[in-house]
Amino acid sequence: MAILCFVLSSSQNRSAASPVRPPETVPRRTCVHLVAVPVCLIVLGLLCLCSIALGTKSIAPERVLELLWSPDSSEESGIVHQMRVPRTEFGLVVGAALGMAGALMQGLTRNPLADPGLLGVSAGASLGVVLTTGLLGITAPQGYVWFAFAGALAAIALVYALGSAGKGGATPAKLALAGAAVTALLQSLVNAVLLFDAAALGDFRFWVVGSLTGQPAEVLVDVLPFIAVGAVLAAATAPALNSLALGEGVATALGRNVGLVRLRGAAAATLLAGGAVALCGPIAFVGLVIPQLARLLTGPDHRWIMLYSALLGPSLLLAADIAGRLIARPDELHVGIVVTVIGAPFFIALVRRRRLREL
Amino acid sequence: MTVTDTTRGAAAVRNAGGVVIRLPRTGASWIVRPRSVLVSLLLAAAVAAAFVVEVAFGELDLPLPDVVRSLAGGGDPTTALVVHSLRLPRALVGLLCGAAFGVAGAIFQTLTRNPLASPDVIGVSAGAGTAATAGLLMGLGSGLGIQTLALVGGLGASALIYVLAWKSGTTGYRIVLVGIGIAALCTSATSYLLLKAGVYQAQQALMWLTGSLNARDWEHVGPLAIALAVLLPCVVLLAPWLGGLQFGDEMAKALGLPVQTARIALLAVGAGLVSFATAAAGPIAFVALIAPQIALRLVGVPGPALLPSALVGSFVVLAGDVAGRQLLPGTELPVGVVTGVLGAPCLLWLLGRSNRTGSGG
Repeated sequence: MAILCFVLSSSQNRSAASPVRPPETVPRRTCVHLVAVPVCLIVLGLLCLCSIALGTKSIAPERVLELLWSPDSSEESGIVHQMRVPRTEFGLVVGAALGMAGALMQGLTRNPLADPGLLGVSAGASLGVVLTTGLLGITAPQGYVWFAFAGALAAIALVYALGSAGKGGATPAKLALAGAAVTALLQSLVNAVLLFDAAALGDFRFWVVGSLTGQPAEVLVDVLPFIAVGAVLAAATAPALNSLALGEGVATALGRNVGLVRLRGAAAATLLAGGAVALCGPIAFVGLVIPQLARLLTGPDHRWIMLYSALLGPSLLLAADIAGRLIARPDELHVGIVVTVIGAPFFIALVRRRRLREL
Repeated sequence: MTVTDTTRGAAAVRNAGGVVIRLPRTGASWIVRPRSVLVSLLLAAAVAAAFVVEVAFGELDLPLPDVVRSLAGGGDPTTALVVHSLRLPRALVGLLCGAAFGVAGAIFQTLTRNPLASPDVIGVSAGAGTAATAGLLMGLGSGLGIQTLALVGGLGASALIYVLAWKSGTTGYRIVLVGIGIAALCTSATSYLLLKAGVYQAQQALMWLTGSLNARDWEHVGPLAIALAVLLPCVVLLAPWLGGLQFGDEMAKALGLPVQTARIALLAVGAGLVSFATAAAGPIAFVALIAPQIALRLVGVPGPALLPSALVGSFVVLAGDVAGRQLLPGTELPVGVVTGVLGAPCLLWLLGRSNRTGSGG
């Protein structure tokens, strides 16, 4: 079904978009992508290797490669396979999910302030976690992963229902405001519980920062299908976002069913962001900055923005995770904190350097 | 709203239905719209009622007539003591903070032309929060020390945002994006501090970060009242510029506004309002985001509605504090919890029934 959508939408887009595009810019852009995509992939690969090699006990890269293919009974092999590989996988999956979810949200709402948290995902997941730890007394991370996911899904469904009520359906401004309002509501409830339950706050403050090591490796396998479906849907929605960027009227004239595109996009963002927050907590900033970075690199084409977001998201997350391990050795800094400390100055520098197009 | 000659045509069309009042010879004119006036009067009445109720109810409930009498300077000495030393400062902090957040929110949202760009989102409150959390964890109480730190944090963050967004001029869009970056940095720093603190201290800090009117006294009212006495007249003077900037830089320039000067003046005033209000009561959640949006929808004008925003802000904070103290017997919910819980459905309801689909300013 999703693949069918993808085929349909990409063929529609080609016929709709190609006459508009100035012919001489096509080859140059394509050349840039032919270089840039492999570069991004190589960087990501190197970061994966570093993520497995570096840490409190660093392991030589050639030894890492050897251990990856043939695990033995040494301590190093244990570290690689029990600890470093799972957290690298978490970083890859969650980084890509956050990047794509952010790109979707910004495209759907046409608002550069939109991030996966905007439609209430983080706040919903937070409430799920707080209620399970605070009221049910479940403190094992596996215990609350599904509550976090359920909270995220419920919140985003509520936002979508409220944002699409009334005249005009789910317009960007209404969605964004409904998201902000529901976030406000849920966040207040979270704070209310935390202010009276010190034990819940004790656990929650660690969860809310975001970490790649919060959940055991098996959980990744459970949540991965949701994220995969979300990613396919997101890829299928990207071409339609290009039409949507021209405005609702033009998009309709180009043959888009605007309501359907928004619904599909929101569903994809829900799966991606909900999965990510369930796995690693509400890591801020990746979903916000990465699509902006991707847009600066590629221009306004959402198909490329989606691809680069999926590549750059995990790169940033892994780089931050590695840095967090190295800076505070033998202790660790949470990835959610480091990602902001690295990402924010970089983001500000980019904002200053380029002339920005408004969405 | 003052309208200069240049904009009169456009404004008259936009505000069809209002009554235009012109001052002879000066060329200045105002459009008085019956709905705005009516809404403002109703809101003012609601704020006054909430203020009296806020003073009257607490651990010891006072009869309303006694409260009004002692607010006017009479009444018996016991009531006067409770009112003047305990309840009045708290209610005044709520009133002034709400107004400051409401106006600042309207300024920021209009200036950046983005309904999500409240000071909560773009870094001013986050800067104040980090500084205050650091202060609380170092053992400063909730008195003048924390107030000063929060003020320095808020103004410092705003100045940093402006400087970093400056590149032969600023644009609203760049300010928002840089603001997000600074907000994220400050929030991370706050989270880090909370992780390093003990649970009890973390809870104290969270209480401050939620925003609360508990134990506010004249020490909190003084600086805030002075700041508002200076800043609110500035807002009134700058309102015509704000009205022009809402159409975007190009149009504002065409209307003859000094765009850069107008923007820095408005930002400075907005940041000042938020910083002083945050210093007094903490960053009371969502008031600055929600109040201008509610005001816009109540008044039904396309532009910024500054006075109604201030009134809605005050009402939300005061009503929130009353509710927070009455909702759960035996516990005092901080006002920041309640503003979110009560304000959000309010905004959602307005959102659902409004026909407006624009960005809301």
